[in-house]
Amino acid sequence: MKIAFSTSGNDLNAPLDTRFGRAAKFLIYDTESQSVALVDNTQNLTAAQGAGIQSAQNVAASGAQALVSGHCGPKAYRVLSAAGIKTYTSNAATVADALAQFQAGALTELKAADVEGHWA
Amino acid sequence: MIIAVASGKGGTGKTTVSANLARVRGDVTLLDCDVEEPNVHLFVSGEPQGEPEIVSLLVPEVDESRCDGCAACSRFCAFKALAVLDKRVLVFTELCHGCGGCARVCPQGAIREVPKRVGVVETMRAAGVTVVQGRLDVGVAMAPPLIRAVKARIPKTGDAILDAPPGTSCPVVATLRETDFVVLVTEPTPFGLNDLKLAVAVVRELDLPFGVVVNRADSSDDRVAVYCREAGIPVLAEIPDDRRVAEAYSRGELMVDALPEYRPLFQRLYADIARLAAGARRAEPRPDGPSRKRSFL
Repeated sequence: MKIAFSTSGNDLNAPLDTRFGRAAKFLIYDTESQSVALVDNTQNLTAAQGAGIQSAQNVAASGAQALVSGHCGPKAYRVLSAAGIKTYTSNAATVADALAQFQAGALTELKAADVEGHWA
Repeated sequence: MIIAVASGKGGTGKTTVSANLARVRGDVTLLDCDVEEPNVHLFVSGEPQGEPEIVSLLVPEVDESRCDGCAACSRFCAFKALAVLDKRVLVFTELCHGCGGCARVCPQGAIREVPKRVGVVETMRAAGVTVVQGRLDVGVAMAPPLIRAVKARIPKTGDAILDAPPGTSCPVVATLRETDFVVLVTEPTPFGLNDLKLAVAVVRELDLPFGVVVNRADSSDDRVAVYCREAGIPVLAEIPDDRRVAEAYSRGELMVDALPEYRPLFQRLYADIARLAAGARRAEPRPDGPSRKRSFL
């Protein structure tokens, strides 16, 4: 299974980005091979609108089945759920901590967006 | 002649200036382009002329049985209004600007455009003045298409005055395009000056002739006057900081009706605008009619 994490860094020790749509990167962790891949999302940092939608498309294209981020807005949530991706929120400091929470079953799946658009 | 009354800062007196100009002019069309909160009708109300016109934006509708998931539509859309997941297309109509590009680039012909209501345009007649106003529906964020529908009612001949929305973003640009002269209303405060400078930058970018009206003018802060002098911007009028003006406003009365001594100020202002607009036309002839450059935004 592949899990996507919003982050500004390049490895598991990097901080978990609390923002989804305007995160610089997504770290994709493959639980089977225990390998890490990075998806660039920087084109959405300056998007006037639709950053969450575009970011959700990027996550879907990565093949991830789950996403862990700080928050998720309504348009991004609509795309993620249409893509069959389960979304979890975490306030962990690093991707590694968020992964540990996920694997321990400590995160609950979002059933709707937890913030309004443009919340940050 | 088409005059637009604009300002960077809100609450400086755009409606006061545009409505009083219309009143002293008489035979004129006054168009309220502040479609998010039209207020001209509070000062110049009249008999409704016909039923409100419903204005729609054309947004995409996808036939998923024909879609092969190529995502050409999503890549084309500058506003990220379409997301493609495998063969499912999610449309976010609230982000759509109605350009129709997605339907054109779809190789499968799977997208057709369907109207989505954004608001209404209403027309009223009051003592020689025709008032046209747009009202954006609650929950709609896209003002420019409705502003263009309001401006479609600018008469072919005769004068029109456009009451612009505040600020310097798309709705203001949509209002100011293809006008003959812009009046920028400001107030002698640091906020007024800051936002005047922003508005001046927009009007210069659009290459339109313009001048400034200072409202609530008093002698305590001369920075707007100094800025205008140094930037070579004509100050067309100064409306004094007069409590009676505010009282008339609060009763929904036009200044020139409640305080007739202000009529000459607006008559002079109208004449100066006409003179400056004519001078600008002579200096740089603008093509008229359909040959005028039209921009989607």
